[in-house]
Amino acid sequence: MRSPRSLVGGSPAAAYAITFDGRELPAQEGQSVAAVLWGAGILAWRTTREGGAPRGAFCGIGSCYDCLVTVNGLPNQRACLVPARPGDAVTTQEGTGRADLTV
Amino acid sequence: MPTSPSDPAGPPRSAGRPRSPQPSAPTGPASSGPAGPVRSGGADPVDLAVVGAGPAGLAAAVTAARLGLRVTLLDAGDRPGGQFYRHPAPGLGAARPEALHHGWAEFAAREAALCEHAAAGRITYLPLHHVWTVVPAEAAEAAEARRGQAAPPTGWTLHAVAGHAPDERAAAVTARAVLVATGAYERQLPFPGWTLPGVVGAGGAQAMLKGGLVLPGKRVVVAGSGPLLLAVAGSLAAAGAAVPAVVEAAAYTAYAGRVPALLRNPGKLVEAAGYGGALARHHVRLLTRHAVTEAHGTDRIEAVTVARLDRDWRPLPGTARRIPCDALAVGHGLVPQLELATGLGCATRPGPDAAVALEVDALQRTSVPGIWSAGETGGIGGAQLALTEGELAAHSVAAALSPERAATDSGRRVERLARRRARLRAFADAMAAAHRPGDGWTGWLRDDAVVCRCEEVPAGRIREAAQDLGARDARTVKLLTRAGMGWCQGRMCGPAVAALAGQEPVADRRPFSCPVPLSHLAELPATDR
Repeated sequence: MRSPRSLVGGSPAAAYAITFDGRELPAQEGQSVAAVLWGAGILAWRTTREGGAPRGAFCGIGSCYDCLVTVNGLPNQRACLVPARPGDAVTTQEGTGRADLTV
Repeated sequence: MPTSPSDPAGPPRSAGRPRSPQPSAPTGPASSGPAGPVRSGGADPVDLAVVGAGPAGLAAAVTAARLGLRVTLLDAGDRPGGQFYRHPAPGLGAARPEALHHGWAEFAAREAALCEHAAAGRITYLPLHHVWTVVPAEAAEAAEARRGQAAPPTGWTLHAVAGHAPDERAAAVTARAVLVATGAYERQLPFPGWTLPGVVGAGGAQAMLKGGLVLPGKRVVVAGSGPLLLAVAGSLAAAGAAVPAVVEAAAYTAYAGRVPALLRNPGKLVEAAGYGGALARHHVRLLTRHAVTEAHGTDRIEAVTVARLDRDWRPLPGTARRIPCDALAVGHGLVPQLELATGLGCATRPGPDAAVALEVDALQRTSVPGIWSAGETGGIGGAQLALTEGELAAHSVAAALSPERAATDSGRRVERLARRRARLRAFADAMAAAHRPGDGWTGWLRDDAVVCRCEEVPAGRIREAAQDLGARDARTVKLLTRAGMGWCQGRMCGPAVAALAGQEPVADRRPFSCPVPLSHLAELPATDR
């Protein structure tokens, strides 16, 4: 079976877990949060402010801001840029991710 | 973590690769505080600040350092290489990063040179520094005295956001000359369903694969227009995805009208043949003059509709068919990233691909004295051209800053670089013309299709603004509908909104090239506000 790893060979310096909405996902050192989610087959991790539609990574280079996600309680992080660190708690971002500020 | 069966032992990390360039530690106080942003790389102006460590910026920085200039290289990414040479972080331990690349040796040599120059203090390398504005570095009185004269400002201040949230900080660099090598991002032409999870940019799929070693799905249709699609399809297939089709809106026969440019670039033909061979090996079908006109699914993509196009990219009735897939990688060429340069007043020109690019002269100078540019900002042309232009720009800056110090053999080298640049530009222009979007593409854009992804504005509301409310440009459409007002600042929907408003593409203007914390603005010195 061909895979990205079989193409480039080698092995990660470290493997650890992060969580997404409480579910444990395997991460490799050097991967972004979006890469860890894609690796687990997860393509959507936020909902839009108006339509509540699911979104995930689109441009993959930090330009489109569609991959915004909440990491360790901090909303609006670009999942395609933020490195996944051991024990990170990633949660689906609903709308602005600032429900706590709603009056 | 299991290793792959084809590589049971797994060679040691970084085998055969130069060590990664170490970011230079900022000098000055550890926290920005009320004194303003941290001056990165010392308080004195350096000779040259290079924005962007992609092929153009990297080539420029190492060449300038070799020519004796003191250089600061700022880059939004965490590793040099930009988007083209994006590669896994050292921690991912890729033994053969070159397997995902064309022309890797060109990058490896320059990365090694960057390491040497950084270690010797000739280059200050600042990764994770997103430059959001460049302003003249001079007191208000000096600017006033200079007003109306031809003399350029004596220097520039570059303001950057450094690091990842929540630990981002303000940084500033002053330099006598600036090279803008900010590259490009992907051009998107919307279609119904393009916001479904699993629909990703073609360049985005490539970036996630090159940087994170992941795929968006198991069965990935590649669609849009431009030679990048062939490279993306080849990479995805080599990494294990099934690619049922590459759907290209243009006809590759359009290249036939540009034979001289092709014949002058045999290397490009070999490269194209390489992509063709890879696609054949992986049984990938290339459908030219076709487009994905709709993506289907509820929570994620399940299939696409593909239709035949006429010469103007208008979908032909009765030609639609469905292709099942679990991902779609789509893009319609690239758009130069210009806001730093346009913010400085650099002149622009429309390119043969209908995208706006910077006006640069034979020595890579923009219309603003003291500001140079190289690579995709001057028109999309690929990594080879960017490397050439970066090196050329470094010679040009060195000659301008210290003509007495310019190396004696520089002249002949510059002539060779200029010839190569002309040859590669001719090819790039031929390619750009062949893949220029036809006006008929809006024929697949139903009124209910989202155009602005950020603000969720459908095509119907934009058409209403243009046809009923009299909007004639993207800016007026934005004021009426919010299209282009969101997080991405119109990067994703800009070309589409302009087309629906009947406007020729205009240069991007964004006062901030990325989100900047208000605290950073509050701490700016008064002269830079």
